[in-house]
Amino acid sequence: MNVTSLLLLLVVGTIATFVSGDKFAARVALFFSIAAFALTLFLTNVFLSGTSVSFLTLWIENPKVYLAFNADGLALAMLLLTTALTVIIILSSFANQYKNAKNLYALVLFMSFAMVGTFLAADGLLYYIFWELALIPIYFIALVWGNDDLEARRKAVVTFFIYTLAGSLFMLVGFGYMYQKAGSFQILNLYNLKLTVQEQTWIFLGFFAAYAIKIPLIPFHTWQASVYQKAPSVGTMLLSGIMLKMGLYSIIRWQLPIAPLTAKANIILLTAIGVAGVIYGSIVALRQKNLKKLLAYSSLAHVGLIAAGIYTVKIDGLSGAVSQMIAHGFVIVGLFFVAEIIERRYQTQVISEMGGLRSKAPKFASYFLILVLASIALPGTFNFVGEFTVLYSLAQTNVLIAVLGGTTIILGAYYMLKMFQNVMLGENNSAFFKDVTTSEAIVLLVIIGFLFFFGLYPKPIIDLVNPSLVEILKVINK
Amino acid sequence: MEQNVALLLVISPFFGFLFNVFFGKKCSKNVSGFIGTITVVISFVASIFFFITLTDTKHPTEILLFDWIQVSNFKVSFGFLVDQLSVLWLLFVTGIGSLIHLYSISYMHDDENFHKFFAYLNLFVFFMITLVLGSNLLVMFIGWEGVGLCSYLLIGFWHKNQEYNDAAKKAFIMNRIGDLGLLIGIFIIANIFNSLDFVTIKQLVIAGKFNATSIWIGVATLCLFIGASGKSAQIPLYTWLPDAMAGPTPVSALIHAATMVTAGIFMITRLNFLFDLTPQILNLIAIIGAVTALVAASIGLVQNDIKKVLAYSTVSQLGLMFLAIGMGAYNIAVFHVITHAFFKACLFLGSGSVIHAMGGEQDMRKMGNLRKAMPITFITMVVATLAISGIPPFAGFFSKDEILITAFHNNIPLFVIASIASIMTAFYMFRLLYLTFFNEFRGTDYQKNHLHESPTLITFPLLVLGTLSLLGGLISLPGHSWLNNYLAPLFTKVTHNEHVFGTNEYILMTVAVLGGVIGIILAYSKYMKQRYVPVADEHISGFAKVLYNKFYIDEFYTLIIVKPINQLSRFFRDKLETTLSGLISGLGTITKSIGTAGQTVQNGSVGLYLFSFVIGIVGILIYLFLVQ
Repeated sequence: MNVTSLLLLLVVGTIATFVSGDKFAARVALFFSIAAFALTLFLTNVFLSGTSVSFLTLWIENPKVYLAFNADGLALAMLLLTTALTVIIILSSFANQYKNAKNLYALVLFMSFAMVGTFLAADGLLYYIFWELALIPIYFIALVWGNDDLEARRKAVVTFFIYTLAGSLFMLVGFGYMYQKAGSFQILNLYNLKLTVQEQTWIFLGFFAAYAIKIPLIPFHTWQASVYQKAPSVGTMLLSGIMLKMGLYSIIRWQLPIAPLTAKANIILLTAIGVAGVIYGSIVALRQKNLKKLLAYSSLAHVGLIAAGIYTVKIDGLSGAVSQMIAHGFVIVGLFFVAEIIERRYQTQVISEMGGLRSKAPKFASYFLILVLASIALPGTFNFVGEFTVLYSLAQTNVLIAVLGGTTIILGAYYMLKMFQNVMLGENNSAFFKDVTTSEAIVLLVIIGFLFFFGLYPKPIIDLVNPSLVEILKVINK
Repeated sequence: MEQNVALLLVISPFFGFLFNVFFGKKCSKNVSGFIGTITVVISFVASIFFFITLTDTKHPTEILLFDWIQVSNFKVSFGFLVDQLSVLWLLFVTGIGSLIHLYSISYMHDDENFHKFFAYLNLFVFFMITLVLGSNLLVMFIGWEGVGLCSYLLIGFWHKNQEYNDAAKKAFIMNRIGDLGLLIGIFIIANIFNSLDFVTIKQLVIAGKFNATSIWIGVATLCLFIGASGKSAQIPLYTWLPDAMAGPTPVSALIHAATMVTAGIFMITRLNFLFDLTPQILNLIAIIGAVTALVAASIGLVQNDIKKVLAYSTVSQLGLMFLAIGMGAYNIAVFHVITHAFFKACLFLGSGSVIHAMGGEQDMRKMGNLRKAMPITFITMVVATLAISGIPPFAGFFSKDEILITAFHNNIPLFVIASIASIMTAFYMFRLLYLTFFNEFRGTDYQKNHLHESPTLITFPLLVLGTLSLLGGLISLPGHSWLNNYLAPLFTKVTHNEHVFGTNEYILMTVAVLGGVIGIILAYSKYMKQRYVPVADEHISGFAKVLYNKFYIDEFYTLIIVKPINQLSRFFRDKLETTLSGLISGLGTITKSIGTAGQTVQNGSVGLYLFSFVIGIVGILIYLFLVQ
């Protein structure tokens, strides 16, 4: 049994959902997403018992491209994140009636497939193909099922598509260059390539163009807020929960080990870029009028901190960043779902049109508040574990940067509590607001349960991920 | 055995929280309140158990449950440390906590969210216990942030009022400013000692086995103090505490007077061996404490809201405790924490009783002559007021006097500042008494006819706390201090504050008492004899106006921090963001043409696209399996 079975299952799921018809599509997709999650759990178990679940075979003779899927602990953690969130995302959209539902759900599963492939790929070209493949379903999801008028939406989505595509081309150039020298795209060959400092710098920059746009890091983030706002919640969740982690993951998997000298020579600069994103994102979030945009900027702040953690090139920074990636994936999906729940009832994303919901929907208010608290990394949540570890690593690198990055705990509390106050508290407004339905409550409770469980007992995740990080650091420091 | 009792101690209030969250609404208010109270009483009993065993064995117990967070150079366990310090804190947290829960059953009886109130209150006790019992800095930090959360929830308990919500938010954010300091301090300590465990760090410090320049230790203790000044409302982070009075009065008594706000003093006392290494930082703490005591007391002189007076008095008293800490007299700070918990809880609960009788009125200008209608409230408040004013033999006299004597031996200017603050305290507290309980009634007729003594559930806690305010000083009599002996194992430095009681000390003591009496006489002549009633807000003028408006500190903070950051946010949102995205689309005139070309292919038939992906992928996978 190896990870190709997971890829196959997701493809089969995509086809099955597509042919099932609009009426059953959601249920079929849910079934396959749960199966995929279960399979991932099983594969992880096999891996932990000491049996490899990786896969390698030659795919194309010339140029030499391998179907290489490498499943180490880090990749498996990302697969668990992807497949778990896919279940949650599909479940969260159950109450919505979509036109052409079969297409939408098929695209969701297909997207999941492409992201799984990206996390697994251990051959540069294969990785590149999956990386770009993931862009296509989200493009259609945002364009076809999104909000606002079509023209504005098309503009935002096309900009996003072209922008990220353009960034990725630099990465492709980098792979091409390395292929010339190594005669292979295989990741281990690329790791072992003897590159001069100058070559590393150029390749580093090529990767950086792709990742800084995808993650996004400031000032390459301008596509983000409008796409998040205009995409349907399903799309926003896929983007913010999983897809932006592709970029963060790729820094660890590809950029740092292939160009370690550049990374280590610029630790201060790179962590500072991340931390600048924390501060900038938080300050912009402070005065957003649109709930989904506000969450988009909060996401910008969080990924900035994660990137800063990764660019410390230390085990704590990397480990904390991975924890934070997972925790952020869950919490941001939860928060966008909260926005969706409000939109279902009030048909608005504008914060000033909300307010006074707490008295009408006490359960909803509690879930929402818990997610807000997780997002600002209250101890006891998994987000705290990640944030603490990242900030600690930053402090070991440079105390000043840690202090600046640490402002997230102040600014984050400021914009999130302010948002919560404006959305939920205050005088009743007159419109009726129905408290959460059972299916909505299940989604929120699963997310909250996950965040608290691993907040108090993060060991299983850390034990899964850290050995792979240690291996990668060995390559980086060789 | 000990592990089980410790778990019971921690979990009992959490169980109360869960019960009230899930079943509170379905059962009657009495059941909800009873469960809420009894779970805290159970913790109190467990605390007594530890008190007794610890007095016998004198050996601290460390209980490790499981590994929590692990990083490269240290690992943090989820564990508890039961020693003299934590037991002492537990006793008054759960003891006073039980009384306040009992009180709340009556006080909150008409509130529609009664069960929620008890849920939050229980959750608070749970986090406070975690804070106190944590065996390392990070478990303490869970409690630290947790009590901040409960404070937020309870200040904004009446969440339909946006002003209250603002106060709650402000409290949380200002605390988080301090928390950043605390976190950075934790990072530095972790870096130096490769551990966050209190016992381990203490051993390393005693053995001198650590590699760090004193500058880094100083930065660490400074950062920790920033954390303490957030939670314990010291300059410059104190402004949230007076606003926090928006919460129901039992909350003010429990969280914002007796327990949570003492967390900063607890933390520093916990780490006294570190602070002893950095005398400069201790000096700074002493100065900040003394200045805070004076500033807050001076603001308290002119406040007319009964709870605001008490709030500023709390800030001021906390300042005195920090003054004691800054002089290395941790045991005296702890002593004052305890006596303060007694009399300040009593005062707040008393004011709650008054507010209750007045139908929600908090302005003392509209009170007066309540002593006849509410004799028990009156008597207990008099006792507590005498205690806070430092009149013998009440509890506050002993603890405050020790602080003043220590200050006299260490630093005369600080002694003078603290003495002035004490005179002011006596003045404004008696001003409160006279305005509230004496002379003629100034409220409405309706209020007058409905004045009543509060029910037993309210007066009983008052009587207990009143008694403690009277007798609390016994735990540390000059020369025969039980408390100092009890706490002695905690401190590495031999405490130099056991003063031999000579003539000097008696003179100082007399002076201190005289100061209190002067304050009382001034208040008497102005508010009792001349029957002066403070003027309406718009007529306040001169320096009194500056004081009444709290030196305009809030306005100052708004001007230099809140407004600029919001303006920056608007600038980023409206200008920078659009410019940046303009740049991107500017880059893309090429992009645009590609986009137009792309549009012709996009005929919207998603099915077609999907079909072509799938064909490709299936092809790949079939190939793959054939190869296999």
